[in-house]
Amino acid sequence: MRVPATDPSTTGRRQEDRAGVALGTRLSTSASAGAPLSYDPDLERLEIELLLEAIYRHYGFDFRSYAYASIRRRLWRRIETEGLTTVSSLQDRLLHEPAMMEKVLLDLSINVTAMFRDPTFYLAFRQRVVPLLRTYPFIRIWHAGCSTGEEVYSMAILLEEEGLYERARIYATDINEVVVHRARAGIFPLERMQEYTENYIRAGGARSFSEYYVAKYDGALFSPALQRNVVFSQHNLVTDRSFAEFNVILCRNVLIYFDRELQTRVHGLFHESLVHLGILCLGAKETLRLSKYESSYEELSRDEKIYRKVR
Amino acid sequence: MYEIVVIGTSWGGLNALSRVVAGLPATFALPLVVVQHRSPDTVGFLAELLQSHTSLSVVEVDDKHPIAAGHVYVAPANYHLLIEQGFFSLTTDAPVRYSRPSIDVTFVSAADAYGRRTVGVVLTGANEDGALGLKRIADRGGYAIVQDPETAEGAAMPRAALRSVPKARVVPLDRIASHLIAIAPPRPPAEHRVRAPLA
Repeated sequence: MRVPATDPSTTGRRQEDRAGVALGTRLSTSASAGAPLSYDPDLERLEIELLLEAIYRHYGFDFRSYAYASIRRRLWRRIETEGLTTVSSLQDRLLHEPAMMEKVLLDLSINVTAMFRDPTFYLAFRQRVVPLLRTYPFIRIWHAGCSTGEEVYSMAILLEEEGLYERARIYATDINEVVVHRARAGIFPLERMQEYTENYIRAGGARSFSEYYVAKYDGALFSPALQRNVVFSQHNLVTDRSFAEFNVILCRNVLIYFDRELQTRVHGLFHESLVHLGILCLGAKETLRLSKYESSYEELSRDEKIYRKVR
Repeated sequence: MYEIVVIGTSWGGLNALSRVVAGLPATFALPLVVVQHRSPDTVGFLAELLQSHTSLSVVEVDDKHPIAAGHVYVAPANYHLLIEQGFFSLTTDAPVRYSRPSIDVTFVSAADAYGRRTVGVVLTGANEDGALGLKRIADRGGYAIVQDPETAEGAAMPRAALRSVPKARVVPLDRIASHLIAIAPPRPPAEHRVRAPLA
């Protein structure tokens, strides 16, 4: 069997991790020293905790309960890109230079997304969830952590095709005001339309995907009609409360960036925000099995992590 | 005393991994973490294949899954697998050198979390992923093993690993399992015995 060494869906240059180079820099620096790094994991953890505390107290962004290994990796990419050598030196820079804080904020909050990402999820949603939604006169959907909006437009298209969009309202939120603004614009890179078209077909799309956008310069502008029942807004899962009762909550590949404790808190928020028999959709490798809310839900699709609140 | 084994492979990896896990007993005292490059939508297939070759329990990793001996943990397609003390984290950060999962990303996180208690193994492959990560493991005092390129379907990856870590132990494919058994502790370290997996 042939095993591709590359990820065919994301080989575009834009997607490539330029900071992979930075990883090399860090390693080659240690190599030139010719001896094992004098690395103290406890000291590094202290530095990172202090930096996150500093960001919270000075700027108000709370990353203190984010998954440690992931935060550490993202911080080191920034440290190396800036030619620095310690976490503490980055702390010095970002406390005294708001522009540096903006860079770090983007480093820590930007998540990868794509239209009809994980097409099998959308297929399962059509097959398992749509029939349930047909029984409601009005459908409230919360897309938590919507990033730049690709998956929100995907859901709008799906609901439109299933004849449910008129009675639906999608509340799409993200912690980051910048990406919410971009989501509202509805313009996505033209060079990714081929990939998105393939995803759309595999997700059970039956029309011509190009019906939904017009090409403008190097961007694909999605039909404003798809936005007519979408409300984009800034919302912070770490600090903000629930703002309505929902029939469906989508939060895919967001909780993986949180530590276990924060994940539990957010699951509590979702649980209290869902109506009885409301639907919770998580990322493909996120599970309720490791949380205390496992018994509050039944599985609608084990593989696609679609759950229904039963108590 | 080693506490974790991380294995990275690409081209030819299914065969090589099958051979390695087939040679380990159910009592093997170290958790084994496998990063195999593959297409983004091959859900579950690799875990099923490996399970058919071993009496260890093979698991495709979910986010925050605990790490325990007696298991083979497979990095899921389309995520990077990060290792923390005692559990995994997943990220969907951009591919590194066109790969997600990236062997370097997992190896670096293992070296940072487990330091000299880490064993890194680079098997067959047609690219150079794993070379930087294996160096980090060696720099942190861990143990670096590279499949003898002469026994690899893809020699590029083990060769790159050897250029990066010249002192790595070179082991032919059919000896890797017995070598891992030889360096493993006689039974699971205490902290892994009590921390049973939740799923």
